[in-house]
Amino acid sequence: MPPRLVGGADLAHEMAMGRIDTDFLARFFQAAAARLDAQRDELCHLDGEIGDGDHGSSMANGFAAVAALVRGGRHVPEDPAALMREAAAAFLGDVGATVGPLYATAMLDAAKALDRGPLPLDRSPEFLAAMAGGIARRGKAGPGDKTMLDAWLPAVHAAELALREGASVSEAAWRAAASARAGAEATATMIASRGRAARLKERSLGHRDPGAVSAALILEGFAEAVGPRPAGIGA
Amino acid sequence: MQRFINDPDDIVDETVRGFVKAHGDLVRQHPENARVVVAQGAPVAGKVGIVTGGGSGHEPAFIGYTGRNMVDAVAVGELFSSPTAKSFLDAIRAADGGSGVCVLYGNYAGDNMNVKMAARMAAKEGIEVLTVVANDDICSAPPEERDKRRGVAGEILMWKIGGAKAAQGASVREVQAAAQKALDATRSVGVGLAPCTLPANGKPNFEIPAGRMEIGIGHHGEPGREVVDLASADGVADEMLRIVLDDHDLGAGDEVCVLVSGLGATPVNELYVLYNRIESQLSERRIRVHKPFVGNYFTSLEMMGATLTVMKLDEDLKALLAAEAASPGLGVSA
Repeated sequence: MPPRLVGGADLAHEMAMGRIDTDFLARFFQAAAARLDAQRDELCHLDGEIGDGDHGSSMANGFAAVAALVRGGRHVPEDPAALMREAAAAFLGDVGATVGPLYATAMLDAAKALDRGPLPLDRSPEFLAAMAGGIARRGKAGPGDKTMLDAWLPAVHAAELALREGASVSEAAWRAAASARAGAEATATMIASRGRAARLKERSLGHRDPGAVSAALILEGFAEAVGPRPAGIGA
Repeated sequence: MQRFINDPDDIVDETVRGFVKAHGDLVRQHPENARVVVAQGAPVAGKVGIVTGGGSGHEPAFIGYTGRNMVDAVAVGELFSSPTAKSFLDAIRAADGGSGVCVLYGNYAGDNMNVKMAARMAAKEGIEVLTVVANDDICSAPPEERDKRRGVAGEILMWKIGGAKAAQGASVREVQAAAQKALDATRSVGVGLAPCTLPANGKPNFEIPAGRMEIGIGHHGEPGREVVDLASADGVADEMLRIVLDDHDLGAGDEVCVLVSGLGATPVNELYVLYNRIESQLSERRIRVHKPFVGNYFTSLEMMGATLTVMKLDEDLKALLAAEAASPGLGVSA
């Protein structure tokens, strides 16, 4: 694929708005890793209710491995796809279970969305949709199955809608994160039909899906990398 | 519950280290991956490599079946959690003697994804990888959805047959076919009497009321077919056998391999009580037990209960079952 060429006024506009380049990904990985690490015990506790109690450690350790790739900065801001592929390999080397392959596939698909170079932030829904698409493809789950997709899919939709309505890129990202959070809360009303909790069937009712909760933390990390939270969105 | 434990986060690494020290005649640690165990002498040039892997907490499965004419390399996961794709890939590489690798594993979402990703990466390196996915657990899905069934203790017989076939110098396709044939001839059922607790979690993963038993329970406490009053040992044995015979094509004159495994906390003597009844009931139906295995072959931490596995034999499977093999979990003398 040829590189995406932008220049002059377009480039200036894009630089002002921000882009998903390696510097952005570094901020994203670090913010997501910090949020997951802070909620490590809470996620393990949630997982203990309906799973094996290690989701917090898996996610926090996996994103710590990814964040370690960008410690000290990166010198090639124009090749975020390569960094995304490294992130997928790092995650896959550290995390097993189902979340390892699910996020590794998400990152590989997101890398494809960056193959033509950095993506301007008003196209961030494409990046998020690629992540969600990778998770859906690998896990063969759909909306309402009480999985991480119940956070990812509403987030993608909210980001698209916000930008269509003329919101700023940072407002769109934070609305996506808020929708992910609401989606994660809603999983408490769902009966698991995929993943480890599926073996509990109706026993899973009343518990939030830990994978959806960690997905909301990742999307908050993404939003944090885009910009500060605008007043009045999320909590 | 009281445990021998240091830090829950270290339990898997310490298990693997102790295991390798205890069985150094048969196995070794992968030099770069702490979560891969390799058979001494593997890879054997020209021999098809046998790989498996799965979550920890099922010891002696999965690591215990690493050895001579058995499994060449095993990927080790967290407790009840699939190994990483990287560990499966390292196990595949370690087992590859240049003639391809068969990954013989159980039907669980995480294992399916990680094996698939590892197999694709290995293929890019020029290693031919074929898989067989064990689905011997009868109660985990109805017969018309057999592909959804989970793999349980029948995996051990699949490894034995696959390992023996590979040792004969068969091609990777022939090894896959033999392992698949063993699996297709095998059915398992579990009965749970009490749950188990993951140390990091700290509470039992399900509940079985006193005086009750869960028929068809899975290897991680997956719900079974029904929870009923606890019967006598003979009553439990009869029920397990009924479930197997209802799902299996077995009749007078057939020969079988029977494997009765404890789930961790059940005393071994009770497994013999079960086997005593199972054998006499099979005899009454003129089904001959050609080869029995009774003991803790595939456990689930300290779950209380047992699994029954029955493999229907033909001359071909009998010969492969009888072939010499040595592993910490299972040995067959020449």
